[in-house]
Amino acid sequence: MTATVSPPVTSGGDLVPPPRRRPARVAALFTVLTVGLVMVSIASAAVGQFGIPASQVVGSVLNRIGIDVLAAPADPFAEAALWDVRFPRVVLALLVGGVLGVCGALMQGCFGNPLAEPGVVGVSSGAAVGACLSIVFGWTFLGAFTTPALAFATGLVTTLAVYVLARSKGRAGVVTMILTGVAVNAVANAAIAFLVFAGDQAAREQIVFWQLGSLAGSRWAYVATIAPLVAVCVAVSMLLARRLDLLALGDRQARHLGVDVESLRLVTIVVVAVAVSAAVSYSGIIGFVGLVVPHLIRMITGPGHRVLIPASLLGGALLLAAADLLARNAFHYADLPIGMLTALVGGPFFFWLLLRTRRREGGWT
Amino acid sequence: MRLLSRAPARLPEPPAEGDVLAEADAVVVTIGGKRLLDGVSLRVHAGEVLALVGPNGAGKSTLLSVLAGDLAPSAGTVSIHGRPAPSWSTVDLARRRAVLPQHNPVSFPFDVLAVVEMGRAPWEGTPAEDDDERAVAAALADTELTAFATRTYPTLSGGEQARTALARVLAQSASLLLLDEPTAALDLRHQEQVLALARARASEGAGVLVVLHDLGLAAAHADRIAVLAAGGLAEAGPPEDVCRAELLSGVYQHPVEVISHPRTGKPIVLPYR
Ligand SMILES: Nc1ncnc2c1ncn2[C@@H]1O[C@H](COP(=O)(O)OP(=O)(O)O)[C@@H](O)[C@H]1O
Ligand SMILES: [Mg+2]
Repeated sequence: MTATVSPPVTSGGDLVPPPRRRPARVAALFTVLTVGLVMVSIASAAVGQFGIPASQVVGSVLNRIGIDVLAAPADPFAEAALWDVRFPRVVLALLVGGVLGVCGALMQGCFGNPLAEPGVVGVSSGAAVGACLSIVFGWTFLGAFTTPALAFATGLVTTLAVYVLARSKGRAGVVTMILTGVAVNAVANAAIAFLVFAGDQAAREQIVFWQLGSLAGSRWAYVATIAPLVAVCVAVSMLLARRLDLLALGDRQARHLGVDVESLRLVTIVVVAVAVSAAVSYSGIIGFVGLVVPHLIRMITGPGHRVLIPASLLGGALLLAAADLLARNAFHYADLPIGMLTALVGGPFFFWLLLRTRRREGGWT
Repeated sequence: MRLLSRAPARLPEPPAEGDVLAEADAVVVTIGGKRLLDGVSLRVHAGEVLALVGPNGAGKSTLLSVLAGDLAPSAGTVSIHGRPAPSWSTVDLARRRAVLPQHNPVSFPFDVLAVVEMGRAPWEGTPAEDDDERAVAAALADTELTAFATRTYPTLSGGEQARTALARVLAQSASLLLLDEPTAALDLRHQEQVLALARARASEGAGVLVVLHDLGLAAAHADRIAVLAAGGLAEAGPPEDVCRAELLSGVYQHPVEVISHPRTGKPIVLPYR
């Protein structure tokens, strides 16, 4: 069958297979990320205002799935603290971090620009506008899904706006991308400011919480809403992975290779909007995870999306879980806003990336 | 939308010698009130190497885009593999024609092997997928890039990048090849190699359209030369017929002389100095 489509090529005789890349590196990366994830999760559940030994944390989880090798906490209060407060928070951190990592990878692939990120280009702020609307006006027409649904609506509009404004010939230049982000963030923040002004005392406090980003008050109900969305987004992203690789060649070249570029972009944008709004609805604006994580992964295993997407999922989850561990325990009796922490690290990183990209592209002053 | 589902595998039949693989018929392209192509008709046949030459801005790249199905003409028709270009789906077209554009930037630091493997994307999920490894290895070997396989694209020289892009196009294994100035960044040896590859593909049944600036290269390797001037086809035919001093002097707005190579007898075109 193959003979009909692939005429034999000039180089007859013995073809030397090209040297293979380092699959060991990929395996090592996934191992390190997974082990790191498990360790940070256990540590995060164990450490807090009162400590619970790590062995009891593990024991408690194993007990629930019917394995009786380690003792769970004897104190029912500790057991309740684990299951009602700490575990949902850890799981939410993993989900939100993972999904932000994946969204960064998706947006960078979609725009052909390493600086694209939901926070930087304003998608997170856009989604926050919808979330704030539902808070200020107390809308509940979709029940528990009202806030995420509104966040999705405004998040999608913002992502589409960024896409239309920033790209030309399918690529978004660095300068255009950043300036679009400035503009979009300005408008979204103006809308949020107006809602702060319009809202009552309680709404104001809640809005400030969105803007800072925090995982405080995580509940299993949140996890239950966000988990299926994350699963769907990751699954769809994996299906798109190979085609996202092709976008790196440029729109025209991708089309020559059979990619329906417009549909691919549209699906990617919808996935990003769904995922970011789900994350923003329950954790507020947490920036830079999607910038830092895919970038580090690319340096280790290269830019191929079939590795980049799952690795960014794990990497983002690890980063946010670790950041949350720090946010809860850096100061006694103070739960630092996690968005502040990620921005503290992400801001300088972003600047470094900007300088590097500028140097490579020959300096746009 | 063919994004989430695999296309049913309907693979193209290999063309017979002399089949018309791409045809532009009285094509007019007007962009922003400017006529870039003015009634151009041209055919690419299976088994031939057709060189497209002409001064800068003559419309060569525009014609190539039209023949590739990228650009819909304002008037006239384009057919590819015997069917109107717009009637092909993106992926079916990708299995029949490969295009090397003039510029091929890559947004992320993919390595050479990954870029060349991208050329196999149209065959994903079809029986031809079994041929991926061989096609990629052959394309790398033919462009002398096997040793560069793990190098990342941004670290390559201009010529090496151009050869990588060409290898990607070769790996696609399409029976219609449209190459826009594939020799522009290459040294003498690799220029000859590209034309030898074009010839080899043609003798295996492919149709190759190649935009060139070096008329000597065109005369030595092409079966036919098409000369484009100011959006119109000035001449098309075998090298001996096309390489006439008065024709080329007019087209290039510069006196040229044509001499015959002492050994091969092929025409050599030189600017009058
Ligand atoms: N999108 C466009 N808008 C206006 N003019 C164009 C456009 N694309 C190409 N041109 C002009 O059309 C002419 C032919 O372009 P092109 O086909 O690229 O020439 P070449 O023969 O050098 O490949 C040039 O003068 C070019 O400046
Ligand atoms: Mg050109």
